[in-house]
Amino acid sequence: MTSMRLSLSNVSKEFNRRSIFRDVSFTLGGGDSLVITGRNGSGKSTLVKIICGLLTPTRGTITYSFEGKSIEHDNVRNHIGLVSPYLQLYDEFSGLENLELLSQIRSDRVLEKGRIEEVLNDVGLWERRRDFLRTYSSGMRQRLKYAFALVHKPDILVLDEPTSNLDADGVEMVNRRVTEQKQDSILIVATNDAEESTWCAKKIELGGKV
Amino acid sequence: MSAISSTLALIRKDVHSELRTRYALNALLMFVVTAVSTIVFALRSDQPTSSVLSGLYWVVVFFTAMSGLSRTFVSEEERGTTMTLQLVATPSTVYFAKLLFNTALTFALTIAVTILYMTVFSNAFVIKTMSIFIGTVVLGSLGFASASTIIAAIVAKANTRGTLYPVLSFPILIVLLMTVMGATTKALDGEELSSALGDFQILVGYILAMTGGSYLLFDYVWKD
Amino acid sequence: MKFAKYGSIALITFVLIAGIAIPLSPTPQGWLQFPVIPGLGEKARNILYHVPVAWTTVVAFLVSMYYGFRYLKTRDIEYDIKSVSSAGLGFLFCFLATITGALWAKFNWGSFWNWDPRETSIFVLLLIYGAYFALRSALETDEKRATLSAVYSIIAGITVPFFIFVMPRIMSGLHPGAKGDPDGSGPVVQFKMSPNMLVIFLLGLLGFTLLYVWLLNIRVRLAKLEYERSSHQS
Repeated sequence: MTSMRLSLSNVSKEFNRRSIFRDVSFTLGGGDSLVITGRNGSGKSTLVKIICGLLTPTRGTITYSFEGKSIEHDNVRNHIGLVSPYLQLYDEFSGLENLELLSQIRSDRVLEKGRIEEVLNDVGLWERRRDFLRTYSSGMRQRLKYAFALVHKPDILVLDEPTSNLDADGVEMVNRRVTEQKQDSILIVATNDAEESTWCAKKIELGGKV
Repeated sequence: MSAISSTLALIRKDVHSELRTRYALNALLMFVVTAVSTIVFALRSDQPTSSVLSGLYWVVVFFTAMSGLSRTFVSEEERGTTMTLQLVATPSTVYFAKLLFNTALTFALTIAVTILYMTVFSNAFVIKTMSIFIGTVVLGSLGFASASTIIAAIVAKANTRGTLYPVLSFPILIVLLMTVMGATTKALDGEELSSALGDFQILVGYILAMTGGSYLLFDYVWKD
Repeated sequence: MKFAKYGSIALITFVLIAGIAIPLSPTPQGWLQFPVIPGLGEKARNILYHVPVAWTTVVAFLVSMYYGFRYLKTRDIEYDIKSVSSAGLGFLFCFLATITGALWAKFNWGSFWNWDPRETSIFVLLLIYGAYFALRSALETDEKRATLSAVYSIIAGITVPFFIFVMPRIMSGLHPGAKGDPDGSGPVVQFKMSPNMLVIFLLGLLGFTLLYVWLLNIRVRLAKLEYERSSHQS
């Protein structure tokens, strides 16, 4: 069970004086799962970015702790994996190269030998690993995003629109990963899909009640 | 140290990307050739003085740099990979990687311009004091990169990217331009190395101040 | 603020009148005569207007930088309002300084612009102000605009000490001497003024500074009201 803990306290976000959401609070530890729901434009993706350290909240605090010690925001990147429609990878590189280069840049967590191959297999991209990303279909890109999110075995897995662009096989792949993640790590899902909402134990609705 | 290997990995990524797409190299090289050709046509058979020539040298470097150096950040923003980098790298890793890449690019640029000038103005562009010239070009490239990298990061977040970059960079770079132009003139005139030491001091001070200031402020630009 | 308002009106009016009315004489006596500064004659009166305006534009820039820095630390939009208000004033004063400087140059040395160190410095400051506003107009959200323009003004501010000390060194190499420029080639103005002239000069300096303070106050209050109004509408 991971010792990672994530805690949001009264987090609010405004852009240009318009409030997106107010006073979001929750705490998650190993084995916890949370779904974020809300109408289009209610701020799900914004909250996701804040959780991943990509945006700073207008008010409120987020804290991360690992093995009892709190983690600096800059070091959180080693513990978080994100799949999001806003995420893009590099077209001029192959799937394998994308993973290799990006893992080298995120160098604090040294990967075990063969880990990249393993995760490519898990997401079903082993056959196409050497093809340039620009030749991938949207479903394959989505799978590669999963590989990118999972390659370093993150303590917190964040999925924004988890099954967009995926076929039945792809959805099954996601189900497997989600189950694995929930066993001993933290899972956060942002979605409007009723089925996907059932994956998680806890729920937050934006633009409405918390 | 993982911070260093992280930075080197990002530089490697940028270099590989550049070799694959050849975007910057082609565009910049064509720009240099076009600019130098224009100057040759303008001068016809006039042989420019050393101070005019050194001014023209850095004018070409400046405008070519302005057409190319913002790419390091703008291309990430345009392709939507900024978020990816924010997820895998610390702000300082990104800053130093882009800074070193831009320095290398500017240095390559100065070499290209030097070769062109030595060919085209073979009588007038004769470097009499090589030590001054090399020092100026190396420090000048570092200076250019140290000032323009953070401006590139700023511009990448704005709307009207193309023209904004030279507008923001020029006032910041004026001191650098004046100093390197003066030093290059001395190199062409064959003056002693010691006469350029004051210029080198200014350049080093400028590089340190710009790099230090950019490093401290980069977080505010890079993070949303 | 009342002090700034009335003080600036009173002082500037006084300096305007005194500066023009008091006659020059080769052997000044008492309080109602100015000395003749060699090479300048009547044109010396410009010092009383040109220098305070130039001084104010520099002050406005430093204040703008300071408030930008405070914004970065606190993310309080009020600091950005103050920063841009000061920058606007600084831009205006910079134009005035450039124009009064060019007029002086024309009457003293025969041409409006010579690229000597001081002229070039004020020109660079003008460019920085222009770039600052160009940047602001290209940014969409309040937060981005405030953050990035604060960063730019600080970066620009870092180069300022360089060109104060570097320019005279370089430009006196390019332009031999500075055509009898009484400012000399150092960063500090060397000027020999008689006590009464000095007093009027300092009063002018104070007057323009107070004018700046008063205008800044008005602009900030106005900007804050506009800000409140637009956030209630949305």
